[in-house]
Amino acid sequence: MSDNQGPVWEIFLQKKAGQPFVHCGSLHAFDKEMALQNARDLYTRRGEGVSIWAVPSNAIVASSPEDIGPFFEPANDKVYRHPTFYQIPDAIGHM
Amino acid sequence: MEENKFEEVFESKLAKNEMVEPKDWMPENYRKHLIRQISQHAHSEIVGMLPEGNWITRAPSLRAKVVLLAKVQDEGGHGLYLYTAAETLGVSRDELLNNLHTGKAKYSSIFNYPTLTWADIGAVGWLVDGAAIMNQVMLQRTSYGPYARAMVRICKEESFHQRQGFEIMTHLAFGTADQKAMAQDALNRWWYPTMMMFGPPDSESPNSENALKWRIKRETNDQLRQKFVNQTVPQVEYLGLTVPDKNLKWNESKKGYDYSEPDWVEFKNVISGNGPCNKQRLLARNKAHKEGAWVREAAQAFARKRKEVYEAA
Repeated sequence: MSDNQGPVWEIFLQKKAGQPFVHCGSLHAFDKEMALQNARDLYTRRGEGVSIWAVPSNAIVASSPEDIGPFFEPANDKVYRHPTFYQIPDAIGHM
Repeated sequence: MEENKFEEVFESKLAKNEMVEPKDWMPENYRKHLIRQISQHAHSEIVGMLPEGNWITRAPSLRAKVVLLAKVQDEGGHGLYLYTAAETLGVSRDELLNNLHTGKAKYSSIFNYPTLTWADIGAVGWLVDGAAIMNQVMLQRTSYGPYARAMVRICKEESFHQRQGFEIMTHLAFGTADQKAMAQDALNRWWYPTMMMFGPPDSESPNSENALKWRIKRETNDQLRQKFVNQTVPQVEYLGLTVPDKNLKWNESKKGYDYSEPDWVEFKNVISGNGPCNKQRLLARNKAHKEGAWVREAAQAFARKRKEVYEAA
């Protein structure tokens, strides 16, 4: 009954040169070449990308939903990290 | 105590229309419902390749053939997007495929009907994909993130499927008398099976209540069916064809058509394995999987060997 489908890979696509790579989905493949070829066939049938990253799923380290508070909240009260915190004299105009 | 707090977070997410992601806590029944629904959806895409694949070698022109090939390839891709979405819920691809091959899992009843003529390929693209899109547009806003994202991609790709089907229907409906008769015959055979695709009436749909509560679905079976009829009837009229339903009538008070229900006894029969093509479809899937085993084994052996060489160096 169990016959292997190969490990899972996460696929990231770059739409155009210069743009960031964005996660588009995952797939099964036995090795790197197969992961790239499968990604090409599965995720770029309509010219959706010019470059592909394929990453073994088990190599990805992810934050946990339970940690949202302690992990991200410290940034919330540091408004001075945003440009809108500062007053610029009207005479100066755009800065 | 802990469990209650998690449940609160989950409920508040749904209430705020936020998406649930794979690592979030979710009730066990929500997970089960999603695995069932997403895998059925995936199986439908994969089995759906069979009735159309039946006509690839007999497409009436090279243009029709490349279009049909592209469409069938898309369906295969859609099946794969959906399988990986289901796998984020902790079920393996092997398990999912095994459930399909042993007949334990279901797929859409529509794919158990045969494609007898070229007009059927038109009717499948126009009606069956049209109905599927109606359901899938709703599912783009389903509450489970990976499912919703797969749906966005699928909807983008599917819009050509319905158009190519309608194009085939226009060629036939505005062609010779024989061609028009062929188009009408296909419409006659596919109308009610397509209506069944939205599932049993709301009053008899066992899974609907939870699906709506959890925002997996956002419209009921009957609402979607009504939408489909309203959208499709003007298209039938454009083609100069007739919907095989004597009770079909515009109802001004509900701004929609009144229509006859499909034969729900037939639906139950087909779902439980006794449709015209159930056996054939399962045999074809099992055969393809078995005959592809050597490819998977060879790829696996090759990857293992390469890794050994790499590690030795």
